Amino acid sequence: MSTEPKLSANEHIKSDSHYLRGTIAEGLLDLSTGSMSEQDQQLLKFHGTYQQDDRDLRAQRKQHKLEKAYSFMIRIRVPGGVATPAQWLEVDRMSADYANGTIKLTTRQAFQLHGVIKSNLKRTIREINRTAMDTIAACGDVNRNVMCNPNPFLSEVHAEVLQAAQAISDHLTPQTRAYHEIWLDGEKIESSEQEEEPVYGRTYLPRKFKITIAVPPSNDVDVFANCLSFIAIVEEGRLAGFNVAVGGGMGSSHNNEKTYPRLADVIGFCPADQAVEVAEKVVVLQRDFGDRTDRKHARFKYTVDDHGPDWILAKLNESLDRPLEPARPFVFESNGDRYGWVDDANGRSHFTLFVQGGRVLDTADYPLRTGLREIAKVHDGDFRLTPNQNLIIANVSPENRPRIEALLAEYGIRDSHQRSALRLNSLACVALPTCGLSLAEAERYLPDLLTELEEVIEENGLRHDAITIRMTGCPNGCARPYIAEIAFVGRAPGKYNVYLGGGFAGQRLSKLYRESVPSSQLKDLLAPVIAHYARERADGERFGDFCIRAGYVNATVQGRDFHLNLKEEAHAKR
Amino acid sequence: MFNPPVTDSDGSVAAVGYGKKHPFPAPVLKEVLLNGKGSAKETWHIELSLEGSGMGYEVGDALAVQPVNAPDVVESLLRAAGLGGSESVDVRNVGVKPLGEALREDFDITGLTRNVLGKLAAATGSEALSAMLADEAKESLKAYVDGRQIVDAVRDFAPDGLAAEALAGLFRKLPPRLYSIASSPLAHPGEVHLTVGAVRYRSHGVERKGVCSTFLADQVGAGDRVPVFVQPNKNFRLPEDPSVPIILVGPGTGIAPFRAFIEHRAATGAAGKSWLFFGDQHYLHDFLYQLEWQDHLKRGTLARLDVAFSRDQPEKLYVQHRMLEHARELHAWLEEGAHFYVCGDASRMAADVHDALVTILEQQGGMTRDAAEARLDEMKHAKRYQRDVY
Repeated sequence: MSTEPKLSANEHIKSDSHYLRGTIAEGLLDLSTGSMSEQDQQLLKFHGTYQQDDRDLRAQRKQHKLEKAYSFMIRIRVPGGVATPAQWLEVDRMSADYANGTIKLTTRQAFQLHGVIKSNLKRTIREINRTAMDTIAACGDVNRNVMCNPNPFLSEVHAEVLQAAQAISDHLTPQTRAYHEIWLDGEKIESSEQEEEPVYGRTYLPRKFKITIAVPPSNDVDVFANCLSFIAIVEEGRLAGFNVAVGGGMGSSHNNEKTYPRLADVIGFCPADQAVEVAEKVVVLQRDFGDRTDRKHARFKYTVDDHGPDWILAKLNESLDRPLEPARPFVFESNGDRYGWVDDANGRSHFTLFVQGGRVLDTADYPLRTGLREIAKVHDGDFRLTPNQNLIIANVSPENRPRIEALLAEYGIRDSHQRSALRLNSLACVALPTCGLSLAEAERYLPDLLTELEEVIEENGLRHDAITIRMTGCPNGCARPYIAEIAFVGRAPGKYNVYLGGGFAGQRLSKLYRESVPSSQLKDLLAPVIAHYARERADGERFGDFCIRAGYVNATVQGRDFHLNLKEEAHAKR
Repeated sequence: MFNPPVTDSDGSVAAVGYGKKHPFPAPVLKEVLLNGKGSAKETWHIELSLEGSGMGYEVGDALAVQPVNAPDVVESLLRAAGLGGSESVDVRNVGVKPLGEALREDFDITGLTRNVLGKLAAATGSEALSAMLADEAKESLKAYVDGRQIVDAVRDFAPDGLAAEALAGLFRKLPPRLYSIASSPLAHPGEVHLTVGAVRYRSHGVERKGVCSTFLADQVGAGDRVPVFVQPNKNFRLPEDPSVPIILVGPGTGIAPFRAFIEHRAATGAAGKSWLFFGDQHYLHDFLYQLEWQDHLKRGTLARLDVAFSRDQPEKLYVQHRMLEHARELHAWLEEGAHFYVCGDASRMAADVHDALVTILEQQGGMTRDAAEARLDEMKHAKRYQRDVY
């Protein structure tokens, strides 16, 4: 009798899909329903789009003799987060023509359009490609958008680092012609025998794969939360190469202690010109050794944890032309953004604005989308999406700066960051009503919770003290909650697990402080901790560090210990 | 075509001769809003009981509904005329009753016509109004009537109010409204269903509403009774041969008779294939009866469904565009002998659909325009091209 564990269902969908084609093309033509078949929904993720439905409306749709309000989220890849003004204007136009009138800037430097109905899906993706952007591999079991520190003023090596991000992204983009056939009316390839995926093969990866590049001292991309990261090592003003970190990841499931977030391990150093090779070989390791039987154990972090980082390094070195060198020293100070104007050495200026929840939209008091559109029309630099869902109006020339400043003032964007440091260091995932995974609100609710907490912050004189605070609607971790100093993870409608003790620079995992706290009690739960911090913190001590020293939670040392060493009160009935 | 007689629940055929002269007070079984949240439309699916009426109908027929006027419309007219409503008036064929009651039940108190204005001019002696009614002032009369109702004219030309009898003398009788029946008696014995778009709009600074559609939408609910009678429509019938294919074009509330057609063919197990074209404003909110069409597609009682939603993309997209997209197949269906049906808006849609048919015959059938028109005329005579437009 065979004891071989069964492959997970998605593996069959991939292998039967003929390199991601499935029946997507046929399904798009059937407008009797706004949805796609189960299999095609899985495949569509590789093409950069998720089928969703408006969960606010579920209860009433049937009464109207209507199916669920299905629509699609389209994720647009922006390697390194850099978009031209022309691209911005197109995304803005499409958000109005085909989506819900908003642009979401994601925690992984992508654009998202929400609410695109099936009949508009193909033309939207086609028009995205016409702007020299794409959506392929924005989701799915492949390498996703490659993140990179977006601040051109931060380092003289930035251009080189950005180039590396683009090269890695290009190298790991799926080669299947399916994308062109389905969305761009490309020529069909008849032979099914033809090998189309030199790196991935016909079943791609066991699970999604995330790559980032950081430029210390900024850890804005959250290197430790990603599958593979490159940490730029700058020596004497030149890019010497990258430290390589493997096996980070956020996702976990409630009531399943075999799932846990994990921080990446730094395993070595490679010269800059070896980065693409290292990326490919690490991806191949995960392709061959990742768990394809259990999708909850399929991320690269579990492959690294199961075999150990040393084994990974040894395997990797076997396949590289030159083995990795020992890792070099680096220091991260923060994973947040710096707001406002900065001038660089080349005479260009850059303005970072705060975008709450990463959502660019017009409201009566704050016409942000219109303002950014007007800026894009006259901007001679580019736009940079930060990993914290914010935006940099970058590379503004001295001649153009007065115009940009005037528009920033006119639309109220200039003061976008005149907020509490707590709010400026917040992140929220999309959650309800569109995300099918969310158990509770996040993007729609965090701003209100922050308003409550700001009262506590003000009372304790902490208005200018940055504390990272993140909320997700489910435990899968899109807003990287488990490395925040305060995290709220949706448990059920109106209920959150509260985590404390994450590292300010994203270098330490947090720990469960209280389970299933009703949203009405969150402020009261945290008020005494914040007051205690304000009273007794050491000079320069961060909130996350304090929570451990003061005994609110034990430090989480590594992923496997995430669910251990909880205080008794963590499971206290509320 | 077989139609079962409508019977009481105890099986006895009703004794009273309900009909045009004596509308049947049909109980409302159910009212369902067909548009989802976020829609600009308000389309009601209304189920009425015909049990005990003795009335039967065939698919393709219309149901006449006798509405009453809305209380707020009555109220604003009384206010404009400076009257209270308790004044007695004599209503022809009805008798003497309080004015307010007569305005609510007996008169068309909204439809502004030259005739109404003529009576108003006589009652008020308004020189301005008389001038507007002169032959040479036709254009200004037309401009005035456009978008206005009787209440506006009373306000404008009878600033000092009107006597009760003078006001009552302005009106014609409140007529019943016809709705294409949306159900098959085989699928819903003892019931009749309607698809009603509530008419609401703003003109000259005032909110207006359609008399009968908002009577059904606002004034009656489940358990209330609505006076109705069946208005047969011999010119809108399924093919006698159940194996003949049918093509149905019914955007908006034009979908109504085709729900009846498809239900009827499903209930009788008709072998002929059916192809439905539907359109409205938004896919997400306005796909009327979407779940039912999905069910018919699954069961094979609907062979094809093509939809066009006009406001989901920057350019307008209508049913005729979908017809042209599938010109070859549509032509093949016609060659197979398919009957072609259109229901809905007469002002533009029906003409656009007709033009699309002509184009398809030209392109796919290699005909001249005249020949195509002649072919469509033949089809009309042969009852293969039928329209129920309003």
